[in-house]
Amino acid sequence: MLSLNRVSKFYKVGTFGGKEMAAVRDVSFDVKEGEVVSLIGESGSGKTTIGKMVLKLIEISRGSIVCDGTDVAAIHGAEVKAYYRHVQGVFQDPFSSYNPIFKADRVFGMIRSEFFPGVPNSEWDAKVDAALRSVSLDPGQVLNKYPHQLSGGQLQRLLVARALLLELKILVADEIISMLDASTRIDVLNLLAELKGRGMGILFITHDLSLGNYISEKTVILRRGAVVEMGATDKVFGNPTHPYTKVLISSVPQLHKKWAEVEAEIQARGGDDAGTCLYHRFYRPTELSGDSTEDRPAMIKVEDDHYVGCFELGQGICKV
Amino acid sequence: MSLQVSDLRVYYRSLAGDVQALDGATFSIADKEIMGLAGESGCGKSTLGNSLIRLDGRMKYVAGSVTLDGNKLPIWDQKGMNEFRFRDVSVIPQYAMSAMNPTRKIGKMTGELLESRGESYQDIKPELLRRLDLVGLSQDVLNRYPIELSGGMKQRMVMVISTLLNPSLLIADEITSALDVSTQRAVAETLVSFRDHGFVKSMMVITHDLSILYQTADSILVMYAGKLAEKAPTATIIDKPRHPYTKMLISSLPEVGIRYANKKLAGIPGSPPALLNPPAGCRFRARCPLAFEKCVEEPPFVQIAPDHSVACWKVPGSNA
Repeated sequence: MLSLNRVSKFYKVGTFGGKEMAAVRDVSFDVKEGEVVSLIGESGSGKTTIGKMVLKLIEISRGSIVCDGTDVAAIHGAEVKAYYRHVQGVFQDPFSSYNPIFKADRVFGMIRSEFFPGVPNSEWDAKVDAALRSVSLDPGQVLNKYPHQLSGGQLQRLLVARALLLELKILVADEIISMLDASTRIDVLNLLAELKGRGMGILFITHDLSLGNYISEKTVILRRGAVVEMGATDKVFGNPTHPYTKVLISSVPQLHKKWAEVEAEIQARGGDDAGTCLYHRFYRPTELSGDSTEDRPAMIKVEDDHYVGCFELGQGICKV
Repeated sequence: MSLQVSDLRVYYRSLAGDVQALDGATFSIADKEIMGLAGESGCGKSTLGNSLIRLDGRMKYVAGSVTLDGNKLPIWDQKGMNEFRFRDVSVIPQYAMSAMNPTRKIGKMTGELLESRGESYQDIKPELLRRLDLVGLSQDVLNRYPIELSGGMKQRMVMVISTLLNPSLLIADEITSALDVSTQRAVAETLVSFRDHGFVKSMMVITHDLSILYQTADSILVMYAGKLAEKAPTATIIDKPRHPYTKMLISSLPEVGIRYANKKLAGIPGSPPALLNPPAGCRFRARCPLAFEKCVEEPPFVQIAPDHSVACWKVPGSNA
């Protein structure tokens, strides 16, 4: 449904924009109906940039993003509005997503005036009511309130409800629960899982591996703007192949396993190649001549639905 | 016994009345112990940490005593505490990123800080260099400005500065929350090594992340809405918690390995009470599935087993 094909984003940096910095490099993956794809990476890995490109908030430097046959870069004016009927985003900080001067349910009113100007009051109220109930909010508790009167979890669910008023196909959820408390974040996470059950595709952007593991079918791991490993979640987490993925997984604090135990497990499975990624085992550095990434394959398949890539030769974790 | 706190009450002044952020905390930390302090935002954990080193203008000392190594700390007295700060009690603040003076080179700033305590920078410098080495920072960070360091480096630098005079108690307030997973692990392990090297005698690690505490702490104290809920050795809290809040909190945490498809986690319904006029009795009552008539009386924080204390009427042994 949503498909990214060798997407890159460059920013101009330095005096007079003389240099280019790649925030996202050659990223390709698909989000299908009823699928949660989690985009995992540390700060500066380009995960939010990808989300913004999907939402057409920033331009795509190279490559293409296609959603249901529409090329996102090529649409203008009314087509963009039509695109936003199907693709919406929810962001990290629920408190700054709202205008504190207005009541929180104003976000529903804005959707109505933009997209449903002709809908009569009674029908609209029923629609809002249904959307609120589907995110497990009691309309009486949240309507007609100011943002400061609601909790972070409630505000975040209101934003999801707002997106549900449209005929939503893709939801970009950018770190939507990292600011919520432990006791309420799981409810928002379960809500996303329910939406997926209704056929929505969700791009779940997070830095927290355990959240990505809990909810998603597919995992994409990013490092410095490039995909290092992707595939079915159980394969990426069960059999990490890139050294960076191994480092990430062994660094996640777990509740019933100490760090040393997890590391020993991965070492035992990985054998002697813990410092070399499989990408370079298949494509020896000698074959990969020059600095150009154009002629290299972006990803190689290590098993069914499990791919690994590496653009960090000699300058990072991967040692060849 | 290194630190003993008994019935400490610290409120916040506000126009509407006193916010009872910390309402009767009694606990102790032994020599060589790392105690984790966990809880949701607004449960009073940072208030407890701050009150042991510096009460800011809004905070009001109400009652209770704090004894460190046999000396009573005058925590209500800004000037009187000066003699203890940095030498006996030290803190790694929540935003270590912005804790350093941006206009000074780090070495100069450290020197000024030591002079303010009547210590000579030259005398301490060899030890400072040794410790920089230990946390993996090169010596030339002393000639750099804070802006030239990455977040993890700044965090480690602040850790070294805070513990330079070998304080008896170190308070680490959410020091890993803003970091990436791999840096998070390095910082947490450094913290433990400081204790092992004897730079600090005991430590209080404040965080909302129980899994970090499982990796680092010897014991965990769980707070809820300004009150202590449960304190026990780490393994007991994680594997055999007794307080209903601790139980629900731990079972709501997603872990690597738990998938929505296999095991659906549940959050805790409701939200914590406002602390301006908190309800009488157990403050978890409104969200607790076990609540009964007796919960309108306040449950005492009593010992039910060696090193294991709980404040709940439903836990056998606490009806005494």
